[in-house]
Amino acid sequence: MIVLEKRPNPSRAWAFATPVLAVIATMIAGGLLFAALGKDPVLAIRTIFWDPLFGDFASYTRPQLLIKAGPLILIAVGLSFGFRAGIWNIGAEGQYILGALTGAAVGLAFYPTESRLVFPLMVAAGALGGIAWALIPALLKIRFGTNEILVSLMLVYVATNLLAYAALGPLQNPEGMGFPGSRNLSQWLAAANLELFPGTGIHWGVIAAGLAVIVAHVLLARHVFGFAVRLAGQSPRAAAFAGVSPSRLVLACMAMSGGLAGAAGLFEVTGPAGQISIDFNVGYGFTAIIVAFLGRLHPVGILLAGLLMALTYIGGEMAQLQLSLPAAAIQLFQGMLLFFLLAMDVLTQFRLRWKGAPVVPAPAAAAAPQEAS
Amino acid sequence: MKLNRRTLLASGASAATLATLGLPVRAQTEPLKVGFIYVGPIGDGGWTFQHDLGRLAVEEHFGDAVETIYQESVPEGADAERAITQMVLAGADLIFTTSFGFMDATANVAAQFPDVKFEHATGYKTADNLAVYDARFYEGRAVIGHIAGKMTKTNKIGYIGSFPIPEVIQGINSSFIHARKANPDVEMVVIWAYTWFDPAKEADAAQAMIEQGVDVILQHTDSTAPQAAAQAAGNVFTFGQASDMEAFKPVPRISSIIDNWAPYYIGRVQAAIDGTWATHSFWGGIADGEVLIGEITEAVPAEVKAEAEALRDQIAAGTYHPFTGPLNKQDGTPWLAEGQTATDEELRGLNFYVEGIAGEIPA
Repeated sequence: MIVLEKRPNPSRAWAFATPVLAVIATMIAGGLLFAALGKDPVLAIRTIFWDPLFGDFASYTRPQLLIKAGPLILIAVGLSFGFRAGIWNIGAEGQYILGALTGAAVGLAFYPTESRLVFPLMVAAGALGGIAWALIPALLKIRFGTNEILVSLMLVYVATNLLAYAALGPLQNPEGMGFPGSRNLSQWLAAANLELFPGTGIHWGVIAAGLAVIVAHVLLARHVFGFAVRLAGQSPRAAAFAGVSPSRLVLACMAMSGGLAGAAGLFEVTGPAGQISIDFNVGYGFTAIIVAFLGRLHPVGILLAGLLMALTYIGGEMAQLQLSLPAAAIQLFQGMLLFFLLAMDVLTQFRLRWKGAPVVPAPAAAAAPQEAS
Repeated sequence: MKLNRRTLLASGASAATLATLGLPVRAQTEPLKVGFIYVGPIGDGGWTFQHDLGRLAVEEHFGDAVETIYQESVPEGADAERAITQMVLAGADLIFTTSFGFMDATANVAAQFPDVKFEHATGYKTADNLAVYDARFYEGRAVIGHIAGKMTKTNKIGYIGSFPIPEVIQGINSSFIHARKANPDVEMVVIWAYTWFDPAKEADAAQAMIEQGVDVILQHTDSTAPQAAAQAAGNVFTFGQASDMEAFKPVPRISSIIDNWAPYYIGRVQAAIDGTWATHSFWGGIADGEVLIGEITEAVPAEVKAEAEALRDQIAAGTYHPFTGPLNKQDGTPWLAEGQTATDEELRGLNFYVEGIAGEIPA
């Protein structure tokens, strides 16, 4: 019988190997699922993972990968700081919506001005909108000890109702014949977030995501803030002794994740989405949580995880279209990825042992402090 | 300077896209490839389910002469544009995008691929290769509104609204006008669900209505959750929406308003095959077979059933228009004079309730 034995220190080798193993396991289990649906599993897996990158229409799908991955990476990088420090902002979806709303509102106030200042102003307003929305659960936590998971999550539902209100009321397109939705921002040059280099899919949001990865990496590796975040996550008591204020840390992490989520919303509403509409949000804020963990809360990992997630979206759509796979099978496939990652995670913390084989406890190793890792 | 870098790159980008992608060259003998973009899952039992029945009818009617492809649960917004483009790249010659929220995405893709034909449901933007089509659901609402007015015992009927857009406001007004004609004491409660399909929200809305004393529920949302809530409550009647919802016969579902897209889809595919396809703005109703009234069950008294069927036949024959004056707006100002009927243009932009409905349209 196999038993799990806690490792004295999390294994570094397994920490790198598990994401790769999770992807392989997902391919195998997904292949079985597709075979059970009567589709060629090899063709399905190839359509999902290969065709978007190197298929017949890769010149269209490759840029689409960046468009899809951009907001996921931007939001996930922001979330990763809080998650490392044990501060759980689950409401990035709401902050994303608020960023789009405040940014679009500020921009539309200047319609139809053609000034280069409009777009930067909108980005700033979008980030501030996201920050403000994220600070609500942060302040409630500090002042009243509320649970930030619940408060931030519930504020998502408030945000979706604000979105519906704005799309039908204050931000509604006056020339839209009474239909819900704002003016099309991507068709107003002063506010449009267009492709910067032809055929690459790179818009300002993708640039911002790249910058966020670099800045986050520097912060975590070299800056005292990164040290405080890591310390607070590993040992809150040690962090307190080291002079890290828990309240300030909550404020900083929530503001950071809210600001990046808000900016992501603004880049999306001015670019790919184009307008504030009732169905503007499509779950980037929630998917980014998966991306953050898939990337091990590490900026470079998040970059790769965001691209991988985008690949399963784009490839999944292609598989739906070309092989008539049901949409639910694709969602199941994406869910498997997270499931296997969490399952494989066990291997970094525990090792497998055959029960019955003589297990000699190693007192020295067992007594080693966890913080040493 | 007006022509900034963004402008320049934007125009360069679209030109580059067109040049690199091109379009698959196809021989004349190949089947016409027809694509469908759905907003919900094909198993939603309502809106998307009915569009997919239309697709299957096209397959059955044309056999090997057409090939159909579809993509379900496509989110409205940025993802829609990619889904439609990928469908073009997959070789589709004619694409139906079946939700209002796909309007801008369809228009953008249509502008990029002038050789592909597009049809957008329920919108208003057209181009040489982009047609729009819609159904006069308000005609069917008049018939079920009449039944609702006759069947209520509490004189309170309810309407679960999806989004406050003209199509839904037409439905509310049409139902109410005919419920009042059938029963001058009737009142209507409107609850906005802000969704086309969300069983949990729809069940909540139905429950809230039942608690207020509503005993006939009309819905403009696509799930069967309100039917289930009515069944649990007992003594509450409902109508199938989009599809027949025959599982809830004979009560609580006493009739239904069915979207039937098959005749339209078959006609348009035929036109594309014949080379006679041209853009248009089509609005079909009961007369075109696009809106059907489902079986009126035995829970409805025979005379009410006969009245409802007569109303349906008058609308189909064109001898009666559901919006015929005298009608006042909610605030009491006159809208339509005696005998005057609403124009299509007025209906397409309808944004007010008629006199007698309580509450405000959210905006």
